Amino acid sequence: MNGWKRTGRGERVRYTSGFSGEEAAVLRGLFQEVRQMLAGRAALAPTDELAELTGIRTGPTTRPTDRVLARLLPDFTTEDSDLAGGMRSLHEPALIEAKDAAAGTVLDTLPEAGGRIELTAGQADAWLAALNDVRLALGTALDVSEDMPEQLPDDDPRAQHLGVYHWLTYVQDSLVRVRLKSL
Amino acid sequence: MGRMTAPSPSPTEQVSPDVDPAVDDAASPDTPWQAIVWNDPVNLMSYVTYVLQKVFNYPEPKANALMLDVHHKGRAAVSSGDKDTVEGHVAQLHAAGLWATMQRT
Repeated sequence: MNGWKRTGRGERVRYTSGFSGEEAAVLRGLFQEVRQMLAGRAALAPTDELAELTGIRTGPTTRPTDRVLARLLPDFTTEDSDLAGGMRSLHEPALIEAKDAAAGTVLDTLPEAGGRIELTAGQADAWLAALNDVRLALGTALDVSEDMPEQLPDDDPRAQHLGVYHWLTYVQDSLVRVRLKSL
Repeated sequence: MGRMTAPSPSPTEQVSPDVDPAVDDAASPDTPWQAIVWNDPVNLMSYVTYVLQKVFNYPEPKANALMLDVHHKGRAAVSSGDKDTVEGHVAQLHAAGLWATMQRT
């Protein structure tokens, strides 16, 4: 992977890059992992007859206990816990669906064996959101902070994972920079 | 059958988007809400600018200035409006992975 390039203009704008087989395998594994976490959360949504009748889905009212999921699905407000619970219940199913769809776009457009990929603007936007979710998940699990060193000592169990995190940062940042130019 | 016996949420947790006793809209119809974006160590500065341009259609200089406020001051109010509007904004910001909340002004 050597950054992203933009070609074409207007409707025909495309964002291109290339991934090795190893890079594609790492990326696909991470996206599948985040998808599974979100699916596990979605399975906790209460099922009720009203929702089936009206088609209005509701999710849980309480914040996820898992800190990675809690970061992916934050509270809507800190002012009033009843209000926060209500908003969570109302919006969480659609939020999970949006995140799942974005991860799905990455998996659909990234060949398992790697290779050159070409994205439309809409696909690039899905990649950016999905890459951000994966970075949030990994960053939360690694306790990434703003003053964290670029590299951790070799004997730190997080050292290798931090390398993957920094690589994801590069993949996302290089895409967002070319994407910003055509907004 | 499982559905019939499933525990139902306690009254305080029940959601009714149209009649929400926690929000006193009728008593203060003009009270606007704000969407706040908080600084966090993962979201890239470039990405925050991109999201603000995309979600709110803000021109690049405005999106960039708000992003810098988030970065330097720890938070910034990125939009305001009635409760439903701002709630929709926060949902879009969450979909993009930003750490956002809403509050009364």
